[in-house]
Amino acid sequence: MARLAFAQLRKIVDVQRWISNLGKGSLNFLLGSGEISILFWRTLTASLAVKIRWRATFEQAYKVGVASLPLVMLTSLFTGMVLALQSAYQLRLFSAEQFTSDLVALSMTRELAPVLTAMMVAGRVGASMAAELGTMKVTEQIDALQSLAVNPVHYLVVPRFLAGMTMMVILTLYADLIGMFGGYVVGVFKLGISSHQYIHRTVTALLLKDICTGLVKAFVFGILVSIVSCYYGFQTKGGAEGVGQATTMAVVVSFISIIVFDTFFTALFYFAF
Amino acid sequence: MIEIIDLYKSFNGNRVLRGLDLKIETGETIVIIGRSGCGKSVLLKHIIGIMKADSGKILVDGRNVFEISDAEINHFRMQIGMLFQGAALFDSMTVRENVGFSLYEHTTLPRIWIDQRVKEKLRMVGLSGIEELMPAELSGGMKKRVGLARAICTEPKIVLYDEPTTGVDPIMADAINDLIIRLRERLRITSIVVTHDMKSAYKVGTRIAMLYNGRIVGVGTPDEIRNSKDPLVQQFITGSAQGPITSEEYLQHNIIENGEEHHPS
Repeated sequence: MARLAFAQLRKIVDVQRWISNLGKGSLNFLLGSGEISILFWRTLTASLAVKIRWRATFEQAYKVGVASLPLVMLTSLFTGMVLALQSAYQLRLFSAEQFTSDLVALSMTRELAPVLTAMMVAGRVGASMAAELGTMKVTEQIDALQSLAVNPVHYLVVPRFLAGMTMMVILTLYADLIGMFGGYVVGVFKLGISSHQYIHRTVTALLLKDICTGLVKAFVFGILVSIVSCYYGFQTKGGAEGVGQATTMAVVVSFISIIVFDTFFTALFYFAF
Repeated sequence: MIEIIDLYKSFNGNRVLRGLDLKIETGETIVIIGRSGCGKSVLLKHIIGIMKADSGKILVDGRNVFEISDAEINHFRMQIGMLFQGAALFDSMTVRENVGFSLYEHTTLPRIWIDQRVKEKLRMVGLSGIEELMPAELSGGMKKRVGLARAICTEPKIVLYDEPTTGVDPIMADAINDLIIRLRERLRITSIVVTHDMKSAYKVGTRIAMLYNGRIVGVGTPDEIRNSKDPLVQQFITGSAQGPITSEEYLQHNIIENGEEHHPS
C-alpha cells in the first residue's frame, strides 16, 4: 500500500523530469539567444557592407512606421490621460496636483512611450514579419532565393532591420508628444491646472537626457523586434501550424526581451547618468 | 562533372543520407528515383549548397561545394538552376519578375532585353502572355512550368529538377520531358532529375540511380535498370506493394511498436 502511494507520488513529483525540462529549457534559451545574436551580427555586417535596397526598406518603413501610427497615437493618448488621472489621485493627498505635468512628461519619455510603442509594433508588425517569412520558408521560397544566388539575410532581413530601428525611434517621438498632450488635456480640463502652468512645468521638468534615453531604448527595441521576428520566421517548420507557432514565438519572445532590455537600460541610465 | 563522395546527413537523429556516393558526368541527365521522403530533395539541396552535410564532399568541377566561401557562393549558384518541388515562386512578384529574378538582381542588362529573355523562356515551357499575372492566379501545373522557366532563365550549366512532372497533366509532363532532353542535346546541360514517375525516368535519363536507405543501391542506363536483377530496384520500378522494401519497413514499424528501438523514418 505504502509502496503504491509512493509510486503515485513519484509520478506526480517527477524530479528527474523537472531537472531534464529545466536543462532542456536552458539549452533552448542559450541556443535561441545565440542564434538570434548571430543573425543580428550577420544583419549588421550586411547592412554596412552590401548595397542597401532602398525600395524594400521604404516599403518596410511604411509598414512599420506609417501604418502603425494610428495605433501608437491612440495608445499613447490614452496612456497619457490615464497616467495624469492616476498620478493626480495620489498627488492630491499632498495637494501637489501641479506636479502631474512633471510626472506625465518624465514617465512618458523615459519609460512608457518606448515600451508601449515597441509592444504595439511587436504585436502588429513583428507578428506579420514572422508570418510572412515563415510562409516563405515552408513554401521553399527562402531556398529558392538562395538557389537564385540571393542571400536571404541581405534580401529580407536587412530592410526590415533598418526600417524597424529607424521607425521605432520616430514612432516613440510621436508617442512622447501625444502622451504629453493626453496628460495636458486631463490636467487642464479636469484637474484645473492652467494651460500655461502645465506647459511651463513640462518644459522645465523635461531634460534632453530624458528624451534621449527613451529614444535609445526605442532604437534597441526596434532592432530586437525586427531581428527576433525574422529569426522565428526563418526557423519555421512544417506548414500552417508551424507558421502560427513561429508568429506566437516571435511576439512572445519580442515582449519578453523588450521588458528585460528595458529593465537593463533603465538601471544603466539610473546608475551611469 | 559532379562527384558526391560519402555524404552523410541526419535531421534530429533521423539519418537521411548514409554514405551516398555518385558520380555525374558533364552533359548527362541522371534520374534519381526512390520513395517519397528518402532524401532525394535533400540531396539536391546539398548539391546547390543550401544544406550542409554532416560529413562527406560534393565536388562540382573539382571544387568542394561545402568549402565555397560566402563571398563566392552566389557566383557558384549562378551556374546552377533549380526547379523546386512546389515551384517555390515568390508570391509577392509577378511571373515576369519571378522568371527574370536573377537577371534583374545580378546583372545590369537593359530591362527590355531581360523582358525579352523572360518571354522566350516562358514560351519554351509552353506559357505565353501570362507575364503580368501573380503566382496565386496560376494552376499548379502552370506554377511548376514558371518555376522551370525561372530555373533555366540564366542559362545555367547544371539544372536540378525536383519532381518536374508531378502535378502536371500527362501531355504537359511529356512536353517537360522533351524540354529536358532538348536542353541536354542543344546546350549540353548537366541535369539531375529527381522523380518517382518511371515513365519520365526512362524517357529523359541517360542513367538512372536508385536511392534507398540513404545510399545509391543501383545505377545504370534505363535498359540496365529495367532488366536489373536487384529485388529492391525491381520492386520500385514495377511499383508493387510486396517486396523487400516494404517488408523491411514492416520490420522497422514492428520495432517501434514493441518499443525496443526508436526509429523515426
